[in-house]
Amino acid sequence: MKRLTDERTKILFEKLAKYIGPNVQQLIDRPDGTYCFREHRDRIYYVSERILKLSECFGYKQLVCVGTCFGKFSKTNKLKFHITALYYLAPYAQYKIWVKPSYEQQFLYGNHIPKSGLGRITENAGQYQGVIVFSMSDLALGFGVLARSTTECKTADPLTTVCFHQSDIGEYIRAEDSLF
Amino acid sequence: MDVVKAVLEKHQKELDKYKPITVEKHLECRIDVGTLLITDPNDLEDRQIAKNKEEYLAELTRDNTQLLVNAIWELPTERVDESIVAKLPEPTTVLPRLRKPPGVRPMTKWEKFAKEKGITKKKKDKKTYDDVLDKWVPTYGFKHAEAEKDKEWVLEVPQNADPNTDMFQKKMDLRNEKVAKNEIQRMKNIVRAKKVEMPRSGYLGPEAASSNQLLTAVTVAKASTASVGKFQNKLPKEKEARGLGVKELIPGGKRKASHISAQPEREANLELIKSVLNKKPKLNVDKAISLQKQDERLEREAEAGNKPAKKKGKGSRKAVGKKPKGHQGQRAPGKKGQAGRKRR
Repeated sequence: MKRLTDERTKILFEKLAKYIGPNVQQLIDRPDGTYCFREHRDRIYYVSERILKLSECFGYKQLVCVGTCFGKFSKTNKLKFHITALYYLAPYAQYKIWVKPSYEQQFLYGNHIPKSGLGRITENAGQYQGVIVFSMSDLALGFGVLARSTTECKTADPLTTVCFHQSDIGEYIRAEDSLF
Repeated sequence: MDVVKAVLEKHQKELDKYKPITVEKHLECRIDVGTLLITDPNDLEDRQIAKNKEEYLAELTRDNTQLLVNAIWELPTERVDESIVAKLPEPTTVLPRLRKPPGVRPMTKWEKFAKEKGITKKKKDKKTYDDVLDKWVPTYGFKHAEAEKDKEWVLEVPQNADPNTDMFQKKMDLRNEKVAKNEIQRMKNIVRAKKVEMPRSGYLGPEAASSNQLLTAVTVAKASTASVGKFQNKLPKEKEARGLGVKELIPGGKRKASHISAQPEREANLELIKSVLNKKPKLNVDKAISLQKQDERLEREAEAGNKPAKKKGKGSRKAVGKKPKGHQGQRAPGKKGQAGRKRR
């Protein structure tokens, strides 16, 4: 487990801010102990310091995963969130999008959300804003990026993509091996 | 007789001074006269060694040398300038090499790749038939260039290129570039084969350096100050060099940061978050408009909530009085009778 370099920490926080805005602070400033971000084989883990100390006993090669995997850095130093991060992102979400029950399954198979699948959407969300995707019964399904701003959504065709799919809970089954 | 006896005795005494030239051995010695080498396979006598080592070894050496000399005397001899000379035969002993034998020649990068992929060299014919020139032309070497010149005596300038470009010069440049590249690759192969350390950083010049090397050079140069680059200004979107072995080159960087630090990491993170969040957002016109619209709508709704309107629909148009009904007014007797309300 490595500490993140300054550059990567910045990339991580910028990405987090895209989804949860100023709530990023809440991830670091927690009342229930110190939590920190660590890097292991280019993956970012969000770990309680207590667990981190325990994990120190293991060597680099033996260690598979500690804490929650938030995402992975690509070779070009871009961060991609994994669905495992959803548990921490969903409660702090600023911009949300709700999908119709009829379109839930489509989304969970990794498809983008078209206007026809859109149930509700947060006001004033701009284009390319990171959003958390919910089902109509307020169950977090994944996250994505808005392809159209909220105002544009209102006038859009039923078939135009409203939200680009980024990650969904179907990945727990589809990408089980590379998730953690 | 006395004289004879005396002479014989004297001779015998003289002979006794010298050892006999015949030597007896249990096992025959191997003699290689060509290299003047004798190998004695007999065991040394332990008892003699214990008693008087030096003398025994000297004796043994003399005997063996005697054998060698005997062998030399067996060769055909001749007399040159009052000395007897023998011509030594070819040596039979195989001597080991002075240096270690050369190993297999290390493969070049291409050879390695070709082996991995199973690419084999295809032999080309020495001459190929050229359709344009209508004759057999050497594939390479003597008279190949001449044929090429004959064939491409005119070159087309592509549509999108400057009409004044010298296409022949361009072709030549391209070729020279290829040759230079090949030379570099050849050098690299030599370096790889000899396992020589080559500098990984440093300015190689704008032609030779790749963008990664340039980035590394910049990063290293920036960190090479008395304060390991702490107070160097940064460009807005500057990247730091990353990759294998780059970190070692950058001065001041620690190989391994400690896993756990109590307070400072959290503080540093919070500071970083603040700086990330305080970034001035780009002016997003769409978002501004939508926000404005929302504000207006909220305002309107609030207004509507303050004075509950009974009427639905368009509030701006004021309905004054009642709609006129027919059949209720007094009739003007002079006028033509019209039944019902006025229809328009």
